[in-house]
Amino acid sequence: MTITLYDKLVDAHKVCDLPDGDMLVYVDFHIMNEYTSPQAFSGLDQKGLKVWRPEAHLSVVDHVNATRQRDPHDDASKLLIDNLENNCKTHNIAFYGLGDPRQGIEHVVVPEQGLVAPGMLIACGDSHTTTYGAYGALGFGIGTSEVEHVLATQTLRYKRLKTMLVNVEGALTPGVTAKDIIMKVVQVVGVGGANGYAVEFAGSAIRDQDMSGRMTICNMAVELGARAALIAADEKTLAMVKGRAHSDGIDFGGPEWRSDEGAVHEQIYNIAAQDIAPLVSWGTSPDQSVPIDGLVPTAGETSTPKAKAALERALDYMGLSAGQLVQDITIDSAFIGSCTNSRIEDLRAAAAVLKGRKVASNVNAIVVPGSTYTRLQAENEGIDKIFIDAGFDWRPESGCSMCLAMNDDIAMDGERIASSTNRNFEGRQGRGARTHLMSPAMVAAAAVKGHLADVREFRNEGAE
Amino acid sequence: MPGQVKGLMAPFPQPNVDTDVIMPKRFLITISREGLADGTLADLRFDENNNERPEFVLNQLPWTEASILVVGDNFGCGSSREHAVWGLMQLGIRGVIGTGFAGIFYDNARKNGLALPIVSPEVRDELMRIARDPEVGDCTIDITNRQISIGSQHHPFDMDDATRAALLEGRDDTLDSLKLADSILGYESGLKEKMRVHVIQ
Repeated sequence: MTITLYDKLVDAHKVCDLPDGDMLVYVDFHIMNEYTSPQAFSGLDQKGLKVWRPEAHLSVVDHVNATRQRDPHDDASKLLIDNLENNCKTHNIAFYGLGDPRQGIEHVVVPEQGLVAPGMLIACGDSHTTTYGAYGALGFGIGTSEVEHVLATQTLRYKRLKTMLVNVEGALTPGVTAKDIIMKVVQVVGVGGANGYAVEFAGSAIRDQDMSGRMTICNMAVELGARAALIAADEKTLAMVKGRAHSDGIDFGGPEWRSDEGAVHEQIYNIAAQDIAPLVSWGTSPDQSVPIDGLVPTAGETSTPKAKAALERALDYMGLSAGQLVQDITIDSAFIGSCTNSRIEDLRAAAAVLKGRKVASNVNAIVVPGSTYTRLQAENEGIDKIFIDAGFDWRPESGCSMCLAMNDDIAMDGERIASSTNRNFEGRQGRGARTHLMSPAMVAAAAVKGHLADVREFRNEGAE
Repeated sequence: MPGQVKGLMAPFPQPNVDTDVIMPKRFLITISREGLADGTLADLRFDENNNERPEFVLNQLPWTEASILVVGDNFGCGSSREHAVWGLMQLGIRGVIGTGFAGIFYDNARKNGLALPIVSPEVRDELMRIARDPEVGDCTIDITNRQISIGSQHHPFDMDDATRAALLEGRDDTLDSLKLADSILGYESGLKEKMRVHVIQ
């Protein structure tokens, strides 16, 4: 019998079937943040319930905290942060708060601390929990009612998903990164194209990625609508989980966490790696992207009225004209950060572009390392100096910051941002803000040029 | 009547409406589930000066009274925030009819009694056309029989058994699952030591 990695993970975590067709699955590890957990704790208190296994949860402050300084920037964010700390004290749950050397964006902290390993089931009140699929673990986002459910029972009610296989075969061309792979996949499958599916990524271009790149890919799989993303565990995975704070205490197995040869998926997409160019988003949905040397799209003659209306609405919001050169788009800001692209590998890639160069005078450039640990590692490598010398604002604290603008990093109406983040929805980085998604190296290139720019030209310059 | 959602449908055709549009982030700085009605769809309903935008459907008669939305594809994508569902409910929305919903939003809706019937693109387009008619009367979402009725039209919809049961019974999943504590303990007793995660404080 041949079984997919997804079904192996679900089978291994099934506690029991439920009469209405769902099942109860066991949650090995659960992460909380300050903004989607408060009502879960108050739900427990109202019902007089205890936390089932307090040691299997971790709380991290990341969404609302300031990154310019450690202290909360206003009373409302302080209330959320203090509330989480108090809830953790009451229920004896680990809390990595402001000033803790382990604090940072939850999905950056967890791998750093060795809290994800192949074969685990991990839940978190955050949609980008799909990140952990990079380890051959089943990670998925949940709502606040489900956070309450995990706290009280260590389980979730679960419906088995269909599976989709996305094969990316071949070698990437220079300048193309994991971010471009996943942006291409979002383009091909479409936003919502994987609603109801768990997506497994396979093929040589995926295997060739390091763990950081694999995390970027699984992280943004949620933009397809995927409730889970997976990549088979291999020697890179096993090497990555070693030597970390929790490594000795966690073992769910190793290379057996892969789909069997010949396992059947309900849907399959094949993408040739050589067809992927460095991409930038032009619109207000993550599938609205084009190659950096391309044009802002024009409604084709075959477009339906609905498609034309969507295109026009996106162009209007973004302040762009159909058919204009992407590289003519001038930016106001550059942001490197987020659970998608703020790991040490991302900072190194951006620094390689920035070294010896200056940010254009029209650009306000910010970099928020994904975690305190990542920031210190970068400072040890001298990467902070490269960013600072180039004119970037190197933030001393970590968090989600301008990716979703829940702290004081809020873009202004009409502000145009080259961003290493995951979502370009209307208002995502601030009311009226215009987001262009791209890889961290491309953000650095845009910051230097003052407009969207092709990172491959920088490589050529560097080689001269 | 139990098992039914009855009310006026409002057309809301924009595709890929994400949860930040449904509940903008500035309303999330709260530790309560309450007080979210004003924040719901705020940037569509109100301008920068907090005046109503007359062009938005829920600000127009008769749709100010709407309790059902007919929506574009992939409604509820993006962030996991359950605040989006709490806000829609507090605004008086009891049903959202679409061709498909993002997974986390779908599960959040079920936990809070918001009905999300799934119909074909053709049926959705027809309901959207009907919803645009200000003279049309109430629509009924019959959860028991999985059927939408308006005027002389009847359309079946998809809804998985567990979601349907949850909407009909209005149960508390946490308390229900705790009744299965023995099964959970049984599962845990089969875990090896290194499969019992212990986070360092």
